[in-house]
Amino acid sequence: MTTETVSKPVDADPELSRRSFFARLGLGSLGIAAAGTVMFYYRYLSPNVLFEASPVINVGKAENYPLDSVTLDATAGIYLIHVAEGFFSLNAVCTHLGCLTTWKPDAGVIACPCHGSRFSREGQKLAGPAPKPLPWLKTWLADEGSLMVDRSVTIPSLQFLRI
Amino acid sequence: MASGIDTFIESLEKSRVWRSIFRSGSGQSTLHRSLAIQQNVFLHLFPTKVRRRVIALGATWYLGILTLGTFLLLVITGILLMLYYHPSAPQAYADVKDLKYVVSSGLFLRNLHRWSAHAMVFLAFAHMFRVFYRGAYRPPREFNWVVGVILLLVTLLLSYTGYLLPWDQLAFWAITVGSNISAAVPGVGEKFHFLLLGGNQVNANALLRFYVLHCAILPLTAVLFLMVHLWRIRKDGGLYVRKGEPHEAGKEESAQTAREKE
Repeated sequence: MTTETVSKPVDADPELSRRSFFARLGLGSLGIAAAGTVMFYYRYLSPNVLFEASPVINVGKAENYPLDSVTLDATAGIYLIHVAEGFFSLNAVCTHLGCLTTWKPDAGVIACPCHGSRFSREGQKLAGPAPKPLPWLKTWLADEGSLMVDRSVTIPSLQFLRI
Repeated sequence: MASGIDTFIESLEKSRVWRSIFRSGSGQSTLHRSLAIQQNVFLHLFPTKVRRRVIALGATWYLGILTLGTFLLLVITGILLMLYYHPSAPQAYADVKDLKYVVSSGLFLRNLHRWSAHAMVFLAFAHMFRVFYRGAYRPPREFNWVVGVILLLVTLLLSYTGYLLPWDQLAFWAITVGSNISAAVPGVGEKFHFLLLGGNQVNANALLRFYVLHCAILPLTAVLFLMVHLWRIRKDGGLYVRKGEPHEAGKEESAQTAREKE
């Protein structure tokens, strides 16, 4: 079997015939053109300008958020939470399939209405199908005294903003 | 009276215009009747000859043709709904409400579209269960089963993309959840999610993309595979009938066994 394969004149004619050279050249250029076409349409389908809200949110003065309060901004999809250690902000969008969660003050948990995921006030997953905890978002105090949240930047958990 | 109509039909069938369209001629012989099927672009997808018991209700429960019927109903009502619906972000919701409360017959056509959509999904599943439990998916029909699975996926995608178009809370959250499932695909998921929605959130871009998928791309895909699906019934030896199944003539054999004997 092996000897047969070896003895087979795989490349009897070391010089490529004119016909097969042009065939390969043609197929090769078609392949390049096809790859270019795929890239062309991929780029067309990816919008360059998005009419989406800015990821940076001004949530107002810190005085509006009393101690031990959890405030949901449903439009922005974030929580602004004030605890003894300081302020922090959580992404309110469930890490499972993107539903908006809500704070249950009686149970002291953040709950998702869609598939029953539950998170602690610090975003840690307590129950349900969510694969990850709710991410902590970058929060800071602007020069003019407002609390700012950047929804596009996540930070390690338990980094409280002290004012 | 009846003979008068017959004479009229006969003269019509002999007219030059008729003969230029239907070239098989007007005869009643088996050859003429076969040619009438074979030479028609639509009918030639189907067999020229079927056994009566194969098209009896008990053989298939007509589930396949009923699925096709709901699809045709959806195409007709869908085109009519398109005349009043704008796939733009605040307008879409108002248009659906107008179809319901303002446009004459709009409520009926929208509900017909909606209920036909539910019925088509149900009938497609029922059709597949019927084919599966009768064993009609087995060779030589295995490729037509695969075409059928593709048609099922297209049906479900049509149902899913149509769900966003009313642009209400139910639609928004259903598509948010559904599109996030696609983002879970390893590697390409996030990118696919972005391309599907035309952005990171379900907004005006997503509505327009789902509209184009729902009204152009997916229906054309469905029609393409439907033609192959129907044509393959003929090429695979007709509708499936079990060996030894009770049948009218008693001695007839199914197309399947006839093929095996050849």
